[in-house]
Amino acid sequence: MDLLANLSQGFAVALTWSTLLLAVSGCFAGTIIGSLPGLGPSNGVAILIPLAFSLGLDATEVLVLMTSVYYGAMYGGRISSILLNIPGDEPALMTTLDGYPMAKQGRAADALVLSGVSSFVGAFLATIGLMLLAPLLANVAYLFGPSEYFALYLLAFCTLGGLASKNQIKAALASAVGLGIAMIGLDNQTGLPRLTFGELALMDGVDFLVAIVGLFAVSEIFIFIESHGKNTAIGVKLDKITIPVKDIVNSGFTMLRGTLIGFFAGILPGAGASLGSFLAYMGEKTVAKDGDTFGTGNPKGVAAPEAGNNAAAGGALVPMLTLGVPGSGTTAVLLAVLLTLNITPGPLLFEERPEVVWGLIASLLIANVVLLIMNVPLVRLFVKVLSVPPHVLLPGIAMVAFGGIYSLSGSSHDLVLMIIFGLVGYFCRKLGVPTVPIILGILLGNNMEDNLRRAMIISGGDWTYLFSSGIAIGLWVAAIGGFVAPLFLRNLLKKPKPKI
Amino acid sequence: MKFSSKLVGASFALIMGIGTVGNSAECIAPANPGGGWDFTCRAIGKIMYDIGAVDEPIKVTNMAGGGGGLAYGHVVNERSDDGELIVAASSATATRLAQNAYAGMTSDQVSFLGAIGADPGVLVVAADSPYMNLMDLLNAVMNDPTSVTFAGGSATGGFDHLKVLMALGEVGYDDVLSVKYVGLDGGGDAITQTIGGHTQAMTGDISEVVGFLKSGDVRVVAVFTDERIPGFEDIPTAKEQGVDLVAVNWRGLYVPKGISDEDYNKWADALAKVAASDEWAKAMADNGLAPFTKVGDDFQEYLAGVIADVQKLSKEIGVIQ
Repeated sequence: MDLLANLSQGFAVALTWSTLLLAVSGCFAGTIIGSLPGLGPSNGVAILIPLAFSLGLDATEVLVLMTSVYYGAMYGGRISSILLNIPGDEPALMTTLDGYPMAKQGRAADALVLSGVSSFVGAFLATIGLMLLAPLLANVAYLFGPSEYFALYLLAFCTLGGLASKNQIKAALASAVGLGIAMIGLDNQTGLPRLTFGELALMDGVDFLVAIVGLFAVSEIFIFIESHGKNTAIGVKLDKITIPVKDIVNSGFTMLRGTLIGFFAGILPGAGASLGSFLAYMGEKTVAKDGDTFGTGNPKGVAAPEAGNNAAAGGALVPMLTLGVPGSGTTAVLLAVLLTLNITPGPLLFEERPEVVWGLIASLLIANVVLLIMNVPLVRLFVKVLSVPPHVLLPGIAMVAFGGIYSLSGSSHDLVLMIIFGLVGYFCRKLGVPTVPIILGILLGNNMEDNLRRAMIISGGDWTYLFSSGIAIGLWVAAIGGFVAPLFLRNLLKKPKPKI
Repeated sequence: MKFSSKLVGASFALIMGIGTVGNSAECIAPANPGGGWDFTCRAIGKIMYDIGAVDEPIKVTNMAGGGGGLAYGHVVNERSDDGELIVAASSATATRLAQNAYAGMTSDQVSFLGAIGADPGVLVVAADSPYMNLMDLLNAVMNDPTSVTFAGGSATGGFDHLKVLMALGEVGYDDVLSVKYVGLDGGGDAITQTIGGHTQAMTGDISEVVGFLKSGDVRVVAVFTDERIPGFEDIPTAKEQGVDLVAVNWRGLYVPKGISDEDYNKWADALAKVAASDEWAKAMADNGLAPFTKVGDDFQEYLAGVIADVQKLSKEIGVIQ
């Protein structure tokens, strides 16, 4: 069979001692990079570019190293989400919601193992999907224009309401703040700066990572200082490390659903991993029988977003390879690396450079297996972090946060901005305003607005254009029928709400 | 910060003596690793050293922010007499300066050194589009501007947008506000939207469309260069279709304003040597760049013309007052 021949050719390229060594070290470095707040897959990969070139690696070796780091960071992002309630990178945001409560209940190791397995399932299946369907799936990207993307983001936005079952007014306020922050920067459709106050540093808008690290890590430090270390969220119970077979089996379908949603979000260039993990989480919350316990440490709430964001990472490679369109920050960096290696991604890449494509796919499969093997035993090491007393751990986190954010653009402005976000996060915590919707507002707001504006330019201001295709209408129906209507119905029925 | 870098600059001048392109010169790429500016610094810097135009390897510093504005401000305010500094620039630098997008800083606050390669501008339609050539497309806009939406990889008022308006201006259509343009996140996105039929034409650089051109998904109706590009001889230029427009995304360098003439000439010579080298020819071919060499006065003259054009159009579309 053609496919198997191609794949074995790929493994022949990828399975040498030197590439295996690169894969293992890349996976390890990636996991560490991903788990450190402020350092995510995109700057992890970017930092390694000069290194890869100075080592004089050839094209396949560079790709193996880069993708190992990429996948490693996607795996690693969950670690600090679960242990510290600080997302290691933006797609790991949703994992804090149930991962951290699990850790608090003494199930940190369970959550880590479960999320490791979910990551593996998501990433592995996505790689298979990439292998079998990439050229075909590329066509899906053509179907999505501004009106379809707008409806997709609208769908995501409608699900926000379901995120906060405790105080929806505060959650709405938080997402509005996020939306406002999303408006900062150069407006794509008029070319004019908005809310920048003449500050050049705000022209490019606010980086998600700056907001995440500020809102989660820096605010944690403020709380810690204020309470003289008594009132910190960090410091959860430790239990014996076992393989949570029951949770893994129970979450089997959760992982598959998460993978499907994540992969689909990944292959759309305008969506990406963060949207993938978000939709996977919200979708699972709606579908699962015990969905109302999401947010209190439900293992499924860990499995769904982790499968989703890792599947999205694999999915994002589809438009990157077949269209040359990066679906995420990390794939944008990978694309630049490919171009530097004189490989031009595009519709013909699979035919013109099969050794690159299949070498890449083989190395993805290898990286995944390496990561699974590496991650489960490493859990023992990671949970040790929790036995470090907070007054030792937090200064370390502060250092890493500042270093990581500085590495984003090498500008001190981002550090100031991060501290401001830390203050915002501090007051939010004091006032009981959830910070996750702020991040989601930033994340979704930008894309939703851009696509609405594009749609309006194309149609000349005609609103019906938003419902001009079957896909768009389907997404609208799903958004309203699936999420907005139940919100009102629930209030009518006055069902007692679960506590977070 | 200000004090220490001045101190460093001063000690540099003392140690090195003014006027030698000597130890550890620096190239600032005003963006993150991987982009066009980063490539400019790394490729030009490496070749300068490899061919012996400078004595020591050139250090590359990435300084992202404000679309290049942070680096520009850094050079103007803190390094204005640093003779060991070069900075990567492109058409986007000139466009943003022309539009006051660098917080009011102007193009005469640095010295532009030269451009030694360019990504030629193109207009592209989907393979199944009814528009067979440039005039078909432009006529369609002139007859009914609502019938065509252009997609590009830069914001409204960016160079991709302005190219379309300049082409229309050449054929006498100057109702710039009626032309529909959507800015997407990069050329790849713009071309996907055009192949998908959501927009009718894509404006961008040729390097962004090569893959789709080879696969037969798109048709390039015009390339905005003086002559047809080597390797793409079957793509007609706008000029031969009666639209006298040259619009390329050049790759080049600027240096601080306050350096000595001697330093300026040293760098200009080094850049000219790179432009003439085989190594650069290969780097250009690998990265889809076409030859476009303008160094020193020649380049500054060209730039002044471009900036004036951009300013005039930007006022008309309301990007600047």
